[in-house]
Amino acid sequence: MAKHSISVTVNGVVRTAEVESRLLLVHLLREVFRLTGTHIGCDTSHCGACTVLLDGEPVKSCTVLAAQVDGSQIATIEGLEQGGKLHPVQQGFTEKHGLQCGYCTPGMIMTSVALLERNRNPSEQEIREAISGNLCRCTGYVNIVKAVQHAAAAMA
Amino acid sequence: MIPAAFDYQRAASLDEAIALLSRFGSDAKILAGGMSLLPMLKLRLAAFSCLIDISRLRSLEYVKEEDGMLKIGGATREALLERSELVRTRYPILLDTARVIADPLVRNRATVGGNLAHADPANDHPATMLALGASVVARGPNGDRSIAIREFFKGVFSSALAADEVLTEIRIPAPPPKSGGAYLKLERKVGDFAAAAVAVQITLGSDGRIARAGIGLTNAGVTPVDAAEAAQFLIGRTPDARTLAEAASMAATKSDPSADRRGSVEYKRAMARVLTSRALERALQRAQAH
Repeated sequence: MAKHSISVTVNGVVRTAEVESRLLLVHLLREVFRLTGTHIGCDTSHCGACTVLLDGEPVKSCTVLAAQVDGSQIATIEGLEQGGKLHPVQQGFTEKHGLQCGYCTPGMIMTSVALLERNRNPSEQEIREAISGNLCRCTGYVNIVKAVQHAAAAMA
Repeated sequence: MIPAAFDYQRAASLDEAIALLSRFGSDAKILAGGMSLLPMLKLRLAAFSCLIDISRLRSLEYVKEEDGMLKIGGATREALLERSELVRTRYPILLDTARVIADPLVRNRATVGGNLAHADPANDHPATMLALGASVVARGPNGDRSIAIREFFKGVFSSALAADEVLTEIRIPAPPPKSGGAYLKLERKVGDFAAAAVAVQITLGSDGRIARAGIGLTNAGVTPVDAAEAAQFLIGRTPDARTLAEAASMAATKSDPSADRRGSVEYKRAMARVLTSRALERALQRAQAH
């Protein structure tokens, strides 16, 4: 079957690849571009560990084809830190102990970054709804919510 | 999990998508959001030789009221439906439905047309469209045709769309004054399919009696269920507690679910009755508020 030449901007850098049609976006990121911060959890589009931003919107990269993102902008966890400085959401997760094992964390952070881009002062309910596609088995979500609130305050 | 190999084509236009479908026939499948299709391919529950991506066709993404109907483009993302002020104010049953489809991340990709065309009785929009008396527009090599939603679902993953047709638009009649609807879903957790879910749309006459009613059930059979007898029962009646309870019981008898971890057949049917009852109350509240 034919391969596709794709060009995609990842964390501000244009990257190209020759991909099979069936290559998943999460595999493009992890295996081809070696950006392993994006995790594979359930592989059945439930857990959200694979969440990245596609043209600014948080999506489950295990359920998107690499071929579908030709010409798009992708943001992954690796792109958040700028010049040695953590993104406010990353800082919030640090300050408020928003992670334990860390497996859900990159996905949780990317969803939260997108939330705060759209809604700079979300209520607790709005935060919980926004992250409802990201499952965490460790924290019980309480400190994740606090982390996002901390970030919102810092970004105000 | 890795899908079996397939060809992928991004359609530059609707005509190109249809031409590709005509060429490949039932070996090809339209890819829009991919939120139902790709998981099936990854689990190898289905396989196609070619996927035709229509998700970039902006011309299929819209929510507008025109000619006395709400028209939704087939490739409209659920997230767009959710954020639509028009939907929130004039068709809140659609917002009720969109909000319980999977989760916010999935809704950034999933499309309204896909939710219907996939013909999974566990998807949420079908019941709502049944209650609303909607229709869909299918475009093929010979042009457009309209399919009433009651004729659309044929079996599990089987719809009235021909192999060379694309679902391009969903049409919902604009509700008359004193109309209201609601969609209620019982799920174990966010993102789950329904243990039971019910859509109700009613219109009250000037005499306060029910002039029109539609009731749809999700995940209650091999196709989305049209509780037509229960809806018919309501017409001409005053919406008092006894009438609503009777309609809810009648709707539940149309529920023919499978037993699984979401519940036994008896439980799911009982919940269909409870949710019909609650959805009727909510629909009535909304109708009376207009």
